[in-house]
Amino acid sequence: MMDLRVNGTVYAVDADPDTPLLYVLRDHLGLDGAKFGCGLGQCGACTVIVDGKAIFSCITPISVLGGRTIRTIEGLGSADNPGPLQRAFIDEQAAQCGYCIAGMIMRAQALLDANPSPSDAEIRRHMMPNLCRCGTHMRILRAVHRAAKPAANAAADARKPGSGA
Amino acid sequence: MNGRLATQAVIATLLSACAGIGAPRTPHAAPGAPVTFERAEVVRGAALAALGNCRTCHTAEGAAAYAGGRALSTPFGTIYSTNLTPDPETGIGRWSVDDFRRALHEGLSRRGRQLYPAFPYDHFTRVTDDDVAALYAFVMTREPVRARRPPNRLMFPANVRPLLAVWKWLYFEPGRFVAHPDRSAEWNRGAYLVEGLAHCGACHTPRNAAGAEKKDEPFAGGEAEGWHAPALSSASRAPVPWTTQALYAYLRTGFDAEHGLAAGPMAPVAESLATVPDADVRAIATYLGERDGAPRAPAEAAADRVASADEAAGGIVFAGACATCHHSSDALPGVKPVPLAITSSVNDPTPRNALRIVSEGLHPDSGEAGARMPGFAGELTDAQIVAVVQYLRAHFSDRPPWNDVDETLRRIRKEDER
Repeated sequence: MMDLRVNGTVYAVDADPDTPLLYVLRDHLGLDGAKFGCGLGQCGACTVIVDGKAIFSCITPISVLGGRTIRTIEGLGSADNPGPLQRAFIDEQAAQCGYCIAGMIMRAQALLDANPSPSDAEIRRHMMPNLCRCGTHMRILRAVHRAAKPAANAAADARKPGSGA
Repeated sequence: MNGRLATQAVIATLLSACAGIGAPRTPHAAPGAPVTFERAEVVRGAALAALGNCRTCHTAEGAAAYAGGRALSTPFGTIYSTNLTPDPETGIGRWSVDDFRRALHEGLSRRGRQLYPAFPYDHFTRVTDDDVAALYAFVMTREPVRARRPPNRLMFPANVRPLLAVWKWLYFEPGRFVAHPDRSAEWNRGAYLVEGLAHCGACHTPRNAAGAEKKDEPFAGGEAEGWHAPALSSASRAPVPWTTQALYAYLRTGFDAEHGLAAGPMAPVAESLATVPDADVRAIATYLGERDGAPRAPAEAAADRVASADEAAGGIVFAGACATCHHSSDALPGVKPVPLAITSSVNDPTPRNALRIVSEGLHPDSGEAGARMPGFAGELTDAQIVAVVQYLRAHFSDRPPWNDVDETLRRIRKEDER
């Protein structure tokens, strides 16, 4: 038995210590927003936030999560009441098949939590680990910009690569 | 030279350098007629530039090649590389081939300013005039890029440029390469490249407190950009001793089945060496594999030891986070991970590279093929990274345990904040 704190709730989980967090989220806790993509930490579909950082839940065994704080896409809002970043993704229609999107949103959320007004270059660098095979990247970038602080957007645009930097 | 004379020489050098007369050379005016270069000379220069890996230091992330501005972190602070493109204002557009040669051979700028030895002129001084001319032809035919580098951020006394005259007087031995008559042409070609343009010792030879290479410990293992540069001498801790053939494969392809892959600052070196004439890489391997003091002897025997509690904790982390790829790799698509037991990271005298790879992972440049590993800096706490690295050492190496794993990780975290 192991205690996991997910989205503010502590769950007692009965699973082997080397079980990946992703499996526990989906199969034990019914939180199936995070997706299984590659199982090797190379695509980002399983991304959740642990202690403020975006991590791959498919390669993170629950044994390393005692006393740590886990946030999943379910913690940001719901279909009826989406959070600001989820709202921005909807407004920008930043999904095609949607499989990567929960991971994309969680990685972007970790960035905005640490840096509410990232530049375009910072967003691109931060989002690099997450793949989208539909090619929705430009919309995803727009959605993250939309969710960032408005004043920051102007500054970020001024810093875009190609404008003299 | 006796002590008193030495002191006088230091003072004289220092005074003359401070007065700006240490390098009596009139700056050249902007060249009038455009200089042209033979195509063959430019092509030869391109290969030499790749052998010297000029591009890596002289290119900032995401910026134009050779336009400089890359931050190089040193124990004395941060140095920004210069713009090597022929822009007349911010690059070397006004430099003559003689200016260029003097920079490489003597560590002086066109205006006679002392250059920091982060630019490894202690090696480039070995390069022939002919090769310098080809390098000049190559850089002067790049697209000029207007890019001014940020000012260096160095601590006292390193920030007092004229004092470099003293540093040079103490540590810098100018002079071209002299062939070894008893050795083969290939060995000598390798020696010329390794000791000169390729400047392997700049990372792989340990440095003294003044930042100069320790001449009596060549290739005994040094540091580069926060990574340990493993020993290329008999101090090598590789479980499978290096051979000329293995060195060739590693340098040419960035991978050798019995030694693993080029990571950290070595990755761009191997990428660069993939583009140069094959004979040059063979020559480098021949010299490194056959020079006196080259690694030959098998590694020392294992010491009996007992696993610590940290290692046991690390074993559990390994089973959950690492074993998916590193234990049952047959199921993996693409490049398979190398057996951890043969890697320098787990056999090095320092846990530095193992900590870096576990924390940061391995990432080929955008769009490039290559080994890929996710970093675990967020997945694992620092304490868990320390435990798993201790486990790696205990489980995959015959070497005694590292005693400074958490201290080294703390130091790495501090370096990365700068």
